Amino acid sequence: MSKYMLIMRGTDESLAKMMETPFEEMLETMGRFNEEMIRAGVLVAAEGLDDPSQGVVVDFSGETPVVTDGPYGETKELFGGFYLIDVASKEEAVEWARRLPAFPGTKCEVRRVPGIDEFPQDNEWIVKERAWRERTGQI
Amino acid sequence: MAGEDRPDLMVEAEGGPPIAESARRAVEAVWRIESARIVGALARYTGDFPLAEDVAQEALAEALVAWSRDGAPANPVGWLLATARRRAIDGFRRRSALDARYALLAGQLSDGEFSAGAGAGVFPGRGPDAELPWDPDRVDDDVLALIFTACHPVLAPEARVALTLRVVGGLTSEEIAQAFLVSVPTVQARITRAKKTLAAAGVPFALPPAEERRERLGGVLSVLYVIFTEGSTAATGERLLRADLAYEALRLVRTLVALLPAEPEAYGLLALCELTSARFPARTGPDGEAVLLEDQDRRLWDRSAIRRGLASLGRASAFGRGLGPYGLQAAIAACHATAASVEETDWDRVVLLYEALGRVAPSPVVELNRAVAVAMATGPQQALALVDDLVASDRLSGSHLLPGVRGELLLRLGRTTEARTELELAARLCRNDRERAVLLRKAATIR
Repeated sequence: MSKYMLIMRGTDESLAKMMETPFEEMLETMGRFNEEMIRAGVLVAAEGLDDPSQGVVVDFSGETPVVTDGPYGETKELFGGFYLIDVASKEEAVEWARRLPAFPGTKCEVRRVPGIDEFPQDNEWIVKERAWRERTGQI
Repeated sequence: MAGEDRPDLMVEAEGGPPIAESARRAVEAVWRIESARIVGALARYTGDFPLAEDVAQEALAEALVAWSRDGAPANPVGWLLATARRRAIDGFRRRSALDARYALLAGQLSDGEFSAGAGAGVFPGRGPDAELPWDPDRVDDDVLALIFTACHPVLAPEARVALTLRVVGGLTSEEIAQAFLVSVPTVQARITRAKKTLAAAGVPFALPPAEERRERLGGVLSVLYVIFTEGSTAATGERLLRADLAYEALRLVRTLVALLPAEPEAYGLLALCELTSARFPARTGPDGEAVLLEDQDRRLWDRSAIRRGLASLGRASAFGRGLGPYGLQAAIAACHATAASVEETDWDRVVLLYEALGRVAPSPVVELNRAVAVAMATGPQQALALVDDLVASDRLSGSHLLPGVRGELLLRLGRTTEARTELELAARLCRNDRERAVLLRKAATIR
């Protein structure tokens, strides 16, 4: 059993599609998919991001970080949200990803989330992070 | 042949090329997700659970052959469902000579009443066929009915476990056999016998009537808990932890809670499984040896599992009907999960919870655990008195647990010779290699 993150990446095409889809319809479609994962006992966490035009980009191409406001130019594979699922195999994670009710143009990246026990436990920063997780009940 | 249990497909097809591992894994992944809905929908529609299980297994076997030869289809769910449906129709045709009802059903099935569409959650107009493969309003009841049928009281306990894992969890006979350290034919025989028993007892494929539901739910919870504990502590053999089996049980409990959101004890069991599985990363040392609770590195406990467990326990408590056996065990697990160390554990509360548990679900193991908690809360002398009562009542003879605890208490009281004898006795009785090693090491260090 491992945790996998399904990372949704949108494009201009899929964002445009999303904008013209009635909000209620989108809620129902996503809701049905989410419900399936809940029913299957695999959903651990999920978040989706706000309108990208409200975002800010910090660019590290030059000597110093350059901050620019949205909206973005042409977007390729823009991070839009994630699901965290608990499944028996990578194939199962991929099978759930295939079922995403995604708009055309979307890509979904499937990545394993290593467990805390895969890190050196005596490293002081791991120790500090553990303490924070304990205080806050983080994933 | 439907109704006959053929050997499941092996990874190596006899005489043919080896089945591609990736195809097999893809089939298994889809199957784990879909089998309950496929078998549930077929069973409701045909009213014949054994037949539904047969044709579903045939569809799975066919998928293993076809997908490894041609690659996975674009719509695996639809493929499986269409195949199962075809098999059901074939089965009906074979039986229709005997029974007019089957002839009627075969006709309806052929008319696409039970349509094989794409998986749920596709935008209208996308994919080859956006129709749902099952009635979304019925699927929850189908899966619930499936769970109640697989855990039916007319079945032997080991048959309930095997059937639940196969039809609800979507595990293959090989996976079940591996998990329980029995042979594949043994698992198949249990499942075949279970289906025959259900047919002979005339068990309908349906949700239990309201007046029976709570009692029947208790049976379901106990099957899932047995699977979970089997996965957490293997009674025999090499591996202390078969986490995959425990996680499968956890997943099934989550499913049950999603389907029955008003049952406090289901939340209690979910909390217990989450909180127990949170300790898995810390329960085995680098060489795979067992690490006792007091020696575990608590930094390795899975915080998110603890958080989910506490939330579920909160839900169980919020019903205001008092905690049942699973809720109480979860509350005890919560005392450990929220304590920074053994010393900082609220042992007084643990003792109280064990007392309550001993009243609602009395068992010698609960008594023994209460004794351990008493030792931590007030000292070994009082705990030893409880353990000696247990020895006198002869209710745990043959188990390594009692001499194991007794030896530990005697050791703390400085009665070393008796302690060593008890621990050596515990090691002789222990059936788990890793636990035995821990006991022997402990006995050997006594001076």
